[in-house]
Amino acid sequence: MINIQSLTFEYSNHSPLFQNFNWGISRGETWAILGPSGCGKTTLLYLLAGLKFPTSGKVSINGERIQRPRPHSGLILQDYGLLPWSTVRENVELGVKVRKFYGADGKHSPDNFIPKENIESWITRLGLGEVADKFPGQLSGGQRQRTAIARTLALEPDLLLTDEPFSSLDAITREGLQNLTLSLCAEQNITLVIVTHSIEEAAVLGKKILLLGAPPNQNPSIFENPNAGKVDYPNSAEFQSICRQLRNEMQKGTRHETA
Amino acid sequence: MKRRDVFLAALALAVIWQIAAMIVDMSILPTPLNVLVVFFKELQNGLLLHFAVSLWRVVAGMALSVLIAAPAGLIIGGSKRLNRIFSPVIYLLYPIPKVVFVPVVILFLGIGDTSKIIIMFLILFFQIIVLVRDQASGIAPQLLQSLQSLGAGRRALFRFVYLPASLPAILTALRQSIGTAVAVLYITELSATKYGLGYYIYYKGSTLLDYPSMYAGVIAMSLLGLGMYFSVDWLERKWCKWKFVS
Repeated sequence: MINIQSLTFEYSNHSPLFQNFNWGISRGETWAILGPSGCGKTTLLYLLAGLKFPTSGKVSINGERIQRPRPHSGLILQDYGLLPWSTVRENVELGVKVRKFYGADGKHSPDNFIPKENIESWITRLGLGEVADKFPGQLSGGQRQRTAIARTLALEPDLLLTDEPFSSLDAITREGLQNLTLSLCAEQNITLVIVTHSIEEAAVLGKKILLLGAPPNQNPSIFENPNAGKVDYPNSAEFQSICRQLRNEMQKGTRHETA
Repeated sequence: MKRRDVFLAALALAVIWQIAAMIVDMSILPTPLNVLVVFFKELQNGLLLHFAVSLWRVVAGMALSVLIAAPAGLIIGGSKRLNRIFSPVIYLLYPIPKVVFVPVVILFLGIGDTSKIIIMFLILFFQIIVLVRDQASGIAPQLLQSLQSLGAGRRALFRFVYLPASLPAILTALRQSIGTAVAVLYITELSATKYGLGYYIYYKGSTLLDYPSMYAGVIAMSLLGLGMYFSVDWLERKWCKWKFVS
């Protein structure tokens, strides 16, 4: 589904974050991108979202080179990107409104978009019924995150890109939303790419984990984690083992950078 | 601003005014009660027409300013390049007291309403454009990126982000400008007109030496400003509900 070929990316006057980097994702997979601050994981997500563009090389999804945000991709950012002046209901409706604003032009909106579920149904499914008429400033972090998820899923994406979506939530809310995200992605057959700096979160969510290190990233370091998302997996020895492995690799990278 | 607080403030001012009038004891400072009686009498005697003419001029000046300055501020604030080009121009022109242009504008546009409305526009334009530009350029990039990821291009960003984000700035600019606008209105109505509260106050006070009527005109001008403050507050409560929730 996603194919990155010979990607080089650098911000002006900085050394490259990616150099001749190749990576691929198949449809329906669940990936976590893990790495320390400044390694380029959010940049990689923005490249997939069509919000940034390679210095050289190619990022393509379903065979199409990404040159602008793709109507079938959903993006949830760390601060959720909710409009403070719109209610929960209006925020959930926003993507649909944007599509109506342009019409089915195939560029801003898919040319054959007929939603299977209406907005009210997403509000109910995400447990937002009671706060539907409230503004984001009146919501808890978990409710804001649910609103952002509902807004994105209402557009029925085939790819969901998320940047540290649970980082500011308490442990219980975080676990609940992690499970909810996984189950909704599985139900809708959505390919999930989640960026995180937390080793445990990467191991809980990512059936495959891409570990980025000190830039420039050249060869992808990929870890298989097939039992991610299963109940009680976080209590298993396998989970502890993959976390240990990831931690060792990250420490190696940090030591290498320091040296 | 609560209506009860305004009423109490007006009462307190009336008491101070009454005491001052009793101390001065001259026709140039009549008592508030005397002025109030004349005010209601004058309302039926032409004051209402002067009020309406002034209201039209100030509202037209404000509307014109919002219609031109708000989109201009949004466009400049939404583009780093345009901001870099236009900001020096704005900062050069902003501090110039626009009142100095009254004779020039009257010379160019004549003695009708247009010149008065344009003067009002010149003053309000810069206040609105600066506030709206700052608001638009200060929008968090993450908010714009989220919208872009939902398919929003430039037009949709203006419709769904820049415009609603700038509404409070437009209303704040209007609120801040009301005092100046009413003061400038007085100056523009001093000459080349026979209608408007500025003309009424000047004519009653300086030509007829009818001080109670002059103060009635001052009260009408104060009510004009107050009504506009209340209108802006009402619009803010209606359009910016999110600012009033906790």
